[in-house]
Amino acid sequence: MNEQERNTVIRAKGLGKIYREGATELQALQGVDLEVRAGELTMLMGPSGSGKTTLLSILGCILRPSEGKLEVLGKNVSALPEKELPRVRREGIGFVFQGFNLFPTLTAVENVALALDLRGVRAGEAKKRGEELLAEVGLAHKARSFPADLSGGQKQRVAIARALAGDPPIVLADEPTAALDSTSGRTVIELLQRLAQGHGRAVVMVTHDPRVLPFGDRIIHLEDGRIVGEEKNAMGAIETAPFLETATLTPVISHQVSI
Amino acid sequence: MGLLARRNLFHDRVRFAVTLTGIVFALVLIIIQFGLFLGFTTTTSNNIDHSNADLWVVFHGVGYFDTGRNFSERKFYQVLSTPGVARAEKYMQAFARWKRPDGRVDNIQIIGFHPGSGLGEPWNVVEGSVADLKQEDSVLVDELYREKLGVSKIGDRVEIGDHRARVVGFTRGIRSFTTSPFVYATFKNSLDYTNPTSSEDATAYILVKAAPGVSLGELQERLRARLADEDVYTTAEFSRKTRFYWMFTTGAGLAVLTAALMGLIVGVAVVAQTIYAATMDHIREYGTLKAMGATNRYLYRVLIEQAVWSAVLGYGAAMIVARFIVRASEKAGAAILMPWSMSIGLLFLAVVMCVAAALVSINKVTRIDPAMVFRG
Repeated sequence: MNEQERNTVIRAKGLGKIYREGATELQALQGVDLEVRAGELTMLMGPSGSGKTTLLSILGCILRPSEGKLEVLGKNVSALPEKELPRVRREGIGFVFQGFNLFPTLTAVENVALALDLRGVRAGEAKKRGEELLAEVGLAHKARSFPADLSGGQKQRVAIARALAGDPPIVLADEPTAALDSTSGRTVIELLQRLAQGHGRAVVMVTHDPRVLPFGDRIIHLEDGRIVGEEKNAMGAIETAPFLETATLTPVISHQVSI
Repeated sequence: MGLLARRNLFHDRVRFAVTLTGIVFALVLIIIQFGLFLGFTTTTSNNIDHSNADLWVVFHGVGYFDTGRNFSERKFYQVLSTPGVARAEKYMQAFARWKRPDGRVDNIQIIGFHPGSGLGEPWNVVEGSVADLKQEDSVLVDELYREKLGVSKIGDRVEIGDHRARVVGFTRGIRSFTTSPFVYATFKNSLDYTNPTSSEDATAYILVKAAPGVSLGELQERLRARLADEDVYTTAEFSRKTRFYWMFTTGAGLAVLTAALMGLIVGVAVVAQTIYAATMDHIREYGTLKAMGATNRYLYRVLIEQAVWSAVLGYGAAMIVARFIVRASEKAGAAILMPWSMSIGLLFLAVVMCVAAALVSINKVTRIDPAMVFRG
């Protein structure tokens, strides 16, 4: 087993998804082969309706594929019964959402601690860990603030701290910078990049935002439910890419994925 | 989990106030209806329950207290001579006309007993005493009926069935289920008030006290064997028959029980609606929890904890309101009773009602598709 194989935390083979409503069928994904590796920030790009969010939902064990095989952390989750999936999500995956999805009635630290409560961690310990995680995302001073009193960027950082609460090897983010201004967007993408490259997590994010592309290690392009291309970032590009002006990756090693 | 449940519940204070109002309304309605039911049933049999007798001998076919029918006092001696009987007393219940000092006439129920016998005596005597009834033409009435009977103090004079009578005391809280108040007199006087032509040769009931160690069942059978034309009931049996008659044969009990049931249904509906609306407000949060790996069981516990909090706080507020109502009823014509057992039962009922109301929300949360979190 080479290093790439050892680092693979998600392995998808021939994934397909068909949405059915009455007699109508919509093929949202077809024949998707993908490997997600620890230590990489993988971006899913594509036009609306290309299947990015469907793919992210399947990788996150939130949605079941109609066909194909999915392995998460070495476990064949496509063969697991539905009731087992919450445990896979709890133990292995952290989620970051476009709309933050924080709990408005809980403070920042309570939002983070709630993710630990789900895992059965006792309240005192959960709160302490929540404070540590908020410090890691630079929000120690906002621990007692409610979401309504935080800026968009701060909310997303709280959401990232929450996603990390269970120390998951995989973090999935759905357009995490879409609702943010450029400065906040940069802070968030840098944070996600650090999670991947600094902490060895596998980070997958769906994005439309061209400003964040230089930060990705891999960019997967989707169209009509298929992967139509993959770009790999060359080393050094991330640090040098001007955040606001970058619309394409420079420099990148681009190659088309055969479908 | 507990924190989320409490915060979501208390965050919107207006909604929470509406929820509490619904619960309090439902519980107070239930308390009043059940309290009235208890008050009515207690009232119908209160003379039996306070009689201190073990057995009641009644004319054959008499189904409840208020229709006592006279029978020969020879039966009284047959009862007295029955082995196992420690004591027996004649006891009268009959309707009579009460002429107030101002000349107006009303109906009353005369209760005749032997003062000092310890059987069939009135209780809660707050002015005068039972022994005062030994004075000539004297009666005891309940203070609740001062106005109705046109008397206000000891010494007031009235007429009962063309006989003079004088009020020598007052009881407290002895209500009559019929519109005719109870008036207590000696057995002899009660006969004069109700049937001036008869001599002391009849009785409506015989109250029996069994000798210590005697089996009530055996004594009851022994008396039944001796008394061909009379029925013999234990005090509990006769009390139950009287309560059943008034509560169910007349439909009075059914009416208050139906109202109580309506209170319960209204309560469940109001609480279900408010908890459901609160759940729908937070539906995206529940979806997020599911996406984060929360099990359905975790979500149920959040909702049930909210329901239990609602129930306990609503119950507390309802008890405060109910106490005022119960206290006010003590001086009214109809008693609303709320014994401690009912208070505890209501807490249980409140929790069951609120958890049942939360089931609609639980069903909704169970069906949440966690993929919703990725949709705009």
